[in-house]
Amino acid sequence: MNRNSIAFWIGAGLFLVVVALLPQLIRNEYPFFAAYVILQFIVLSVAWSILGGYAGYVNFGTSAFFGVGVYTAVFLFKATGAPLAVQLAAAAAVGALLGFAVGLLTLRMQGIFFSIATIALTIVIETSVTNWRFVGGAAGIQMQRPAVMAPFDGYVQMLVFVQALLVVLAIVIARYMQSSWIGRGLQALKDDELAAECTGVPTLRLKVLACVISGALMCAAGAPAAMYLQYADPSSAFNLNYSVSVLAMSLIGGTAHWAGPVIGAILLGTTQQLLTVTISSEVNLLVLGIMLVVFVVAAPEGLIGLIRKASRKRAEREA
Amino acid sequence: MDLLLDAVVIGVLLGCFYAAVSLGLSVSFGLLDVPHVAHPAFLVMASYAVFFLNDRFDIDPLLAGLMITPLLFLFGLVAYRLYYETFEKRGSDAGVRGIAFFFGVAFIIEVLIILQFGVDQRSVTATYIGKAWRIGDMRIPLRLLVAFAVAAGLTILLSLYLSKTFMGRAIRAVAQDQEALRLMGANPVKIKQWAFGIATAVLGIAGALLIIVAPVDPILDRAYIGRTFCVVVMAGLGSMTGTLIAAIILGVVETIVLTLFGASWAPAISFAMLLGVLAIRPQGLFGRRS
Amino acid sequence: MKRRTFLGGTIAAAVVGRTSGVVAEQPPIKIGMSMAQTGGLAGGGKASQLGIEIWRDDVNAKGGLLGRKVELIVYDDKSSASETPAIYSKLLDVDKVDLLFAPYATVPTAPLMPLVKQRGLLLMGNFSFQVNSKVGHDMWFNNAPWGPADSWAAAFLDLGQKAGGKTMALLAADQEFAQNLAVTAKAVAKKLNMSVVFDQAYPPNTVEFSGILRALNAAKPDIVYVASYPPDSAGILRAVNEIGVGDNVKIFGGGMVGLQFAAVMENLGSLLNGVVNYNTWLPEPNMYFDGTKAFFDAYTPRAKEAKVDPLGYYLAPFGYASGQLVEQAIKAVGSLDQKAIAKYLHGNEHKTIVGPIAFSADGERKDTATLMAQFRGIKDKNVEQFRSPGKQVILFPERLKSGELITPFEAART
Repeated sequence: MNRNSIAFWIGAGLFLVVVALLPQLIRNEYPFFAAYVILQFIVLSVAWSILGGYAGYVNFGTSAFFGVGVYTAVFLFKATGAPLAVQLAAAAAVGALLGFAVGLLTLRMQGIFFSIATIALTIVIETSVTNWRFVGGAAGIQMQRPAVMAPFDGYVQMLVFVQALLVVLAIVIARYMQSSWIGRGLQALKDDELAAECTGVPTLRLKVLACVISGALMCAAGAPAAMYLQYADPSSAFNLNYSVSVLAMSLIGGTAHWAGPVIGAILLGTTQQLLTVTISSEVNLLVLGIMLVVFVVAAPEGLIGLIRKASRKRAEREA
Repeated sequence: MDLLLDAVVIGVLLGCFYAAVSLGLSVSFGLLDVPHVAHPAFLVMASYAVFFLNDRFDIDPLLAGLMITPLLFLFGLVAYRLYYETFEKRGSDAGVRGIAFFFGVAFIIEVLIILQFGVDQRSVTATYIGKAWRIGDMRIPLRLLVAFAVAAGLTILLSLYLSKTFMGRAIRAVAQDQEALRLMGANPVKIKQWAFGIATAVLGIAGALLIIVAPVDPILDRAYIGRTFCVVVMAGLGSMTGTLIAAIILGVVETIVLTLFGASWAPAISFAMLLGVLAIRPQGLFGRRS
Repeated sequence: MKRRTFLGGTIAAAVVGRTSGVVAEQPPIKIGMSMAQTGGLAGGGKASQLGIEIWRDDVNAKGGLLGRKVELIVYDDKSSASETPAIYSKLLDVDKVDLLFAPYATVPTAPLMPLVKQRGLLLMGNFSFQVNSKVGHDMWFNNAPWGPADSWAAAFLDLGQKAGGKTMALLAADQEFAQNLAVTAKAVAKKLNMSVVFDQAYPPNTVEFSGILRALNAAKPDIVYVASYPPDSAGILRAVNEIGVGDNVKIFGGGMVGLQFAAVMENLGSLLNGVVNYNTWLPEPNMYFDGTKAFFDAYTPRAKEAKVDPLGYYLAPFGYASGQLVEQAIKAVGSLDQKAIAKYLHGNEHKTIVGPIAFSADGERKDTATLMAQFRGIKDKNVEQFRSPGKQVILFPERLKSGELITPFEAART
């Protein structure tokens, strides 16, 4: 293990310890509600970037994966009263399957065609859930969450910790993929799929792997939302907002490094939470629009790109 | 049987309407490869302009649509220039960031519409709205016939323009091989800019149709992102008649499901169809690429 | 522009507070809520909020509550369920509001119900539908006149049956509220021995209704019950005008959301004639109570300035009434003790600008005051006509009635 890795693991461990201890320090519940939303977006953005950033396949169906995660949890909760851990595991499994199906789509489609196929998939899945009466159908479903488990003293605090675990898991996977042969393979196929194929990169296997991992993480991120809201309805669970926000967060942060989507999600997620409780009007949407335009125009590689450029310049100056 | 015939007729007309709102995208995305997800937002914006002219000055919506066409053309020229300078010129990775860029633009347009017109839905009045044409037992809404006529006219005009005029052929050439065109001394950027202008200009009349057929609200564009891209991709990129036919297929299937089977399944059916087409024939039904 | 009125109101309230001197010393009573400013529910949300703001200004002009002025804290929930838990947590834990009002409509309200139940808080509901039926919170009060869940369908189908209807067609949007209506409609039809000959749920964003209407006509129903959302309501009525619904239809409408909003009504104009639809307040003679007229005198100019629904019959007076309910309860109880307020609200009948309100155990109205009204003599492109009585004749409930049903539907359309 080099110094970098040691620092990373210590950082990840510290992060979890802090999240676990926070309920003892902060009695106020609001920060946990806000943190939950931001952490959820970090998981989604990191997961999105595994496919969208490393492999260059733009998935517009984030909301499909998120919604499937939500409804897997809803179904299990209603049918068997399964505990949160089971809901999560099942959502991840369903997400992996869905990711596998999407991965097969990449067999035939690239670029924007793939993106459009994921939009189509979202609508097909949303319509199916809308017609599925057992989980409430279009009318939505209200749920009463069970008592919180020790050592937590509040359900939301527990959900925040669960989401924090998912964040660490997602980052660990993304970081591993980035630095291993998988990441290099994906990078190669992003640059030129045909050339990669010719030089012996197992493109199909890599793409499907990226889709499966990305899908499993996204669905897992959606699963706790059922217990967070204690309510689910198709139009909220499959909201286009998730797809666009996650795309924006990843691009604003930069997709070349795992830290990019994390930074982007923290920045945009926090901004959105702040705007909701300050300006709180259509201007909120305007800010998202302007941030999107400004960032993709002025910082094509995202914040990570800007930071790299700045440090390179400094290095040049010092040399 | 009667109902089926009815559904087919209404479906064809509805399909024509879908074609009319998708033709612009067929040029901008189909021929120019611009990932124009703000196309429906431009469309809704045009509808509001038509609403403004109709509401304030009592101008017929179709006429109003024609009146704003030159403005939209200029708007398209500027929009493409902006897009070109920031993305295509720099080359790398324009696809993803282009999509994000246009999403941003779409949101900004939504908010501007809300600020100007409020959040309520709007519609226009004209003599052909709310009346029907009777043939035997069948009654066909006049506004759908208007959609039919406009879609057919637009398709023919655009096809002729792209195949017969010099500029039109240049646009098609640019879609196929930019380098060859550059070698021949033509400036592909100018040509693409011109084409994008046209793609935006047809939104004038398409926007008029949108608000004639049904009321509009500021966030209606979101419902049309899927539909318009579905039509254009199913058609195969850049084929105008293909767009018309694909839109009609979509309209007919949607109406048949809506009328004769479970109505609530209609959106799933049409997009499942798109998935099927993409999986079996990625180049679309009438695609230019192999 | 919304923002400006909001600030303006706050500043005005602050000025009032300072000049009256007595109130200035004490901290204000804070009432917190989220309200849709963007998204599909924004039109209703903004009108509702304006109603509540007018109440706030009125109560502050009278010196406030318990000698303290009233302050509203409002955040945008974007018409979505996923925003409200965080917003209400902010309201409670950071802003430390004294009372909670619910957001407009069911979807954003639903996630709040467990929260208020767990914390034992009073929630003043705002036009949600049966959101408390599964939760059973005894400190929930809905300002909407719905009453028992099935009263809505019962009123409409009863009118239809009296007009000689035996079969029913049901056309409902495949969305939350409409589906809830559809379910109760089917239950009521069964009770009334009415056969359902057509039952379809159409998807959101349906563009063209001619085809579906032809299929409906083919079933030859006597009663057509429609539960639709604003964009579709317009599409359906246009198709009705173009395709027709046949002479056997006695009564058409019921649960069409959107026909209460001025912009939609103005757009549809004469297409509305004959439709019997639910409503909450209408300018008919029996609908004026103490303060009603003054409220609309205040509402009309402010709505124009804020680009909010110019008529504002549907939601705004009920927003004001929410304020009146807590105002009376707080005055009677003499404190902000939520349990005591809830107890008072349950135990008494309250006078408001939308009439007397009494709650049953589930926090809904004891008796339904949902109106069924028939559009008559509507002309095109004129929003002002809706201000005069006789344009929407109230057929139900009996005590508020202003006319009789004209039937069949085709006869009522001219």
